Amino acid sequence: MNTRSAHEPIIQMKGIEKHFGSVIALAGVSLEVYPGECHCLLGDNGAGKSTFIKTMSGVHKPTKGQILFEGREMHFEDPRDAITAGIATVYQDLAMIPLMSVARNFFMGNEPTKKVAGVSFYDSETANRVTMEEMRQMGINLRGPDQAVGTLSGGERQTVAIARAVHFGAKVLILDEPTSALGVRQTANVLATVDKVRKQDIAVVFITHNVRHAMAVGDRFTVLNRGKTLGTAQRGQITPEELQDMMAGGQELVALEGSLGGTV
Amino acid sequence: MSQTAQPKPVADERVKEMSSFRRSLIRPELGGICGTIAVFTFFLLFAHDSGMFNSQGIMNWSTVSAQFMIIAVGACLLMIAGEFDLSVGSMIGFAGMMIAIFSVTLGWPVWMAILISFVLCLAIGALNGFIVIKTGLPSFIVTLATLFILRGFTIYFPQLLENKTIIGGIRDQAEGDWLAPIFGGKILTGFFQWLGDNELIATFERGTRQGDPVVDGIPMLIIWAIVLVIFGHVLLTRTRFGNWIYASGGDAQAARYVGVPVNRVKVLMFMFTAFCACVFATCQVMEFGSAGADRGLLKEFEAIIAVVIGGALLTGGYGSVIGAALGALIFGVVQQGLFFAGVESSLFRVFLGVILLLAVILNTYIRRMITGER
Repeated sequence: MNTRSAHEPIIQMKGIEKHFGSVIALAGVSLEVYPGECHCLLGDNGAGKSTFIKTMSGVHKPTKGQILFEGREMHFEDPRDAITAGIATVYQDLAMIPLMSVARNFFMGNEPTKKVAGVSFYDSETANRVTMEEMRQMGINLRGPDQAVGTLSGGERQTVAIARAVHFGAKVLILDEPTSALGVRQTANVLATVDKVRKQDIAVVFITHNVRHAMAVGDRFTVLNRGKTLGTAQRGQITPEELQDMMAGGQELVALEGSLGGTV
Repeated sequence: MSQTAQPKPVADERVKEMSSFRRSLIRPELGGICGTIAVFTFFLLFAHDSGMFNSQGIMNWSTVSAQFMIIAVGACLLMIAGEFDLSVGSMIGFAGMMIAIFSVTLGWPVWMAILISFVLCLAIGALNGFIVIKTGLPSFIVTLATLFILRGFTIYFPQLLENKTIIGGIRDQAEGDWLAPIFGGKILTGFFQWLGDNELIATFERGTRQGDPVVDGIPMLIIWAIVLVIFGHVLLTRTRFGNWIYASGGDAQAARYVGVPVNRVKVLMFMFTAFCACVFATCQVMEFGSAGADRGLLKEFEAIIAVVIGGALLTGGYGSVIGAALGALIFGVVQQGLFFAGVESSLFRVFLGVILLLAVILNTYIRRMITGER
């Protein structure tokens, strides 16, 4: 879409290291994400995917390495800083609070206020109207803005969370395994949402260990293994089988792979 | 940036339509509303001629209910924020004793004693919250410890200083004080005098107060209860801080990830609970003119029961201040009503247990309808 910004990465992670005591969770991971691309981050359990994106979203501070956002070096103290900069994260099971209404969830932490006699109150009218509009655009039918999130399906919850992040001006959207707990149709809905978001020139970082889901929406693929990157590949330069192999352990497993007959 | 996704007019065939009447009925306070209606119907039928609904009777159960309401508001907001405070009862005893020691034993002006007690209570509330947040321990355990520590001090200090466990004489000290009437005074006394003069309410028939109405005004305790309930309700439902309270209790981690200052919310709610306990204690001390080491015993449970009858979820994230206030009203009316109805007073606990159980069952059912829990 935007040719100028398409050449400049919106976020660059350079040689990120993260140590927890004596455990080295990340041993120098570098990654660049461009606006309007969907960058898939793949890796098996314990590969360091979660630690890496938590560093990106301000939950963890890197032990070593640089985070450049729009060319400037950033030091996030907490998630709030990252959100203010425009990096929003949608977590798999922590996206929404089921007991609260959709509108209250949508504006959680960003509640609109209006002043009445000098005191600022929660502006439920604006919140409800905007929520209904956004949900309609995302194709979710609500009985009303006060419907509890607990009544929505897992896919709808992810969609609400994504819509929320986009509404509040996310430039980088990090999705932490958004499809891992979903059924087939719900997964399709979430992937369609990711596609919509990408077309709005937002950079999407999509974490998954499902190669098929990654291939469905990804523009580039980075595989993490034991705290290191095994490289980044463009769409079309790599087959799902190769990706799967890399995830399963890279070089170490090549020998084993042969004896298993490529079934891993 | 044109979004091509058009609004879909078709409703999801798997979402049942709900009538607007049913929807307006299904709210967290429904259990409390039903309970209130049931309790009043019961006592109107069985105790209507016992004096329960004349001016004295109404003032009697209103005052008791108002006491429960004051501590229930604090407990309610804290419970919605996902925490408990078991030290409320001890805090009441402690705050009252501090006021007595400062004003009677040390001879300070009553207003100063009250203000310092408030500062102490808020500090202890903040400490409760701080320990819960820093250690990650359940607030149940932390405030249980505070319960014993505060109760211990409440018994130790008066024994050390005065060799007794009840300190009296506060009323004389409070004479002419500017702050004491805000907790111990009465308002609308002229209005009640007028009601009495016009024979709308009962008056004393003989004695030194002949002609004065039996109920001569509304105690400030009731005003505090009403103000706190309105404040709590508006804070919870009409401000962004209220949304943070729900979020902190609903899922603290999810709330943190979107930037809600969960720790601040929780500490402030512990402080608010302590504030409510201190209001209760001050009103009580000003009414009785004395402070006793056993004041406020078991109040923490009464507050929690009122809140739960009012529809709040024990694990946080869901509830209503209005519901908690109705729970407190039910509590007060039942406690005093059984006395008026001439029922053996030990049966009060049986009654209370039954109401608690019924209310919780009804509330769980309502909550499942609202939130889609299964």
